[in-house]
Amino acid sequence: MNIIKFLDEFTSENLLAKTSSRRDVFGTFGSLGKKAALAAIPFGLATSSGKAYAAQDQNAAIGALQLALTLEYLEAEFYLKALESGVLPGGSRAEAVYQQISKHESAHVAFLKSGLGDNSIESPEFDFTAGGAFDPFNYNGTGQEVAYAQLLALAQAFEDTGVRAYKGQAGNLMGTQFLTPALQIHSVEARHASEVRRLRADVMGLNLEQNALGWITLDNKGPGMPEATQAVYNGEENVTQGEVNLVDATAFDAVAVSQSFDEPMSGETASTIAGLFIVS
Amino acid sequence: MKKPMIKVQHRKIAANEADNSRRQFLKIGSIAVVGSGLLLSCSSDDDFTGPVDPDPNAVFDLGSGDVGILNYAYALEQLEAAFYTQVLDGSYWASASAQERLILEDLYKHEVIHRDFFKAAITGAVNGDTSKVLPELEFDFSSVDFGNRSSVLGTARVLEDTGVAAYNGAGSLLETPDYLVIAGKIVSVEARHAAAIRSIFFDDPKAFAGDDVVNANGLDVAQSPSDILTAVGQTGFVKTEFTANQLPTG
Repeated sequence: MNIIKFLDEFTSENLLAKTSSRRDVFGTFGSLGKKAALAAIPFGLATSSGKAYAAQDQNAAIGALQLALTLEYLEAEFYLKALESGVLPGGSRAEAVYQQISKHESAHVAFLKSGLGDNSIESPEFDFTAGGAFDPFNYNGTGQEVAYAQLLALAQAFEDTGVRAYKGQAGNLMGTQFLTPALQIHSVEARHASEVRRLRADVMGLNLEQNALGWITLDNKGPGMPEATQAVYNGEENVTQGEVNLVDATAFDAVAVSQSFDEPMSGETASTIAGLFIVS
Repeated sequence: MKKPMIKVQHRKIAANEADNSRRQFLKIGSIAVVGSGLLLSCSSDDDFTGPVDPDPNAVFDLGSGDVGILNYAYALEQLEAAFYTQVLDGSYWASASAQERLILEDLYKHEVIHRDFFKAAITGAVNGDTSKVLPELEFDFSSVDFGNRSSVLGTARVLEDTGVAAYNGAGSLLETPDYLVIAGKIVSVEARHAAAIRSIFFDDPKAFAGDDVVNANGLDVAQSPSDILTAVGQTGFVKTEFTANQLPTG
């Protein structure tokens, strides 16, 4: 059975709006959207762009780390449940990859909790079905094959989100002892993202597909990714860096230029995406 | 404002010189450096007005402050771009699997784009004063067998992991938030590369983020410019001498 078709089928347009605008996401998700909005409040951090260097802003740094911890809680629990679910083929590359990623995400949780100390936060309660849209652990009888496809798709979305979210918080950590460790986590998330994307491509038999490589092409979410994950990729099509349009300045097209730079994501956007999977 | 430059110890980078006398090694300072414990001088100047030698034949110094760090990144991107350019001219790439060809071709494009970006960005940052922009470096990849898969992928692996460790270690040395974000935009792509190369090169399915590069806290490698430049020097790939006497050290 065609795994892409599966993914298209479970992408319910009435649940998962095409647009990523906050209003539409909240509108279509109803009560879930309200929870996402609440979740976004403590993390309503602006990106650093254009802001003056604010090394002494401890609140911004704490907020950045709390957002990071929330995302790590999400990932850590997701991979633990994935490995327990029996959905991943035993002894497969996928299982080994998930084991390694799981180890790192759990370590990130412990590391960030320790770093935050008294400012640490408890794990939210997660719902990886996002209100019934997904069944990645096959709890609700969707079947191993569909669940596997969803496990891979959600992992890709979480990892690509993680990369962008950490990048978006770097400015808030400037001048603090947490910047370098955050960068060290950020690049691990990028390694994960690359591998999960390539693993998905392999499972789908799309190793040579331009939109299913280890790097992000334009703002393409990639084949088989649910429409709801488009918010993870919006803005990745940027080809202007440091006010230089690199399509004009180099011999390469927008595809290659966009792949060469990952874009940051605001704390608000990251919170909204995480909020889709947060019950309370 | 002028501050006295801190004098540093210079020793010679010559790790493999006995093995291959043809190689020239990246030298740090007017006296090159050997072994571990390279000490780079550090400038606490916040401005970018380090001493500039008017002699066009003088050895280029990366400079101080953010420009110094940008020039440092530019040197690493030049190295990667030059390497993948040769990979695509080599016989291994010509006969590699379609997947490996595609990955290496993409890496070539990305690294050339990074290189060209830094040239433009640094030129802008120094208001067009090209005496402060790292010149085009010459490289010697004669120790790499571009017809051999292990030689090519093994070298790519080292370069990509080195890039990740270099950006991770340099981030805290930057003073301008916009530069930090741009470095972040690039380092995650380098990490994506590193994972992909490791994934196709090693048999271990966990190698993409293996325990040799990710520690028990789940943290990737971060290395200082002096450590990175020493390691790069030891590869023997860089022919053109330059110095790194004023880089910030945090």
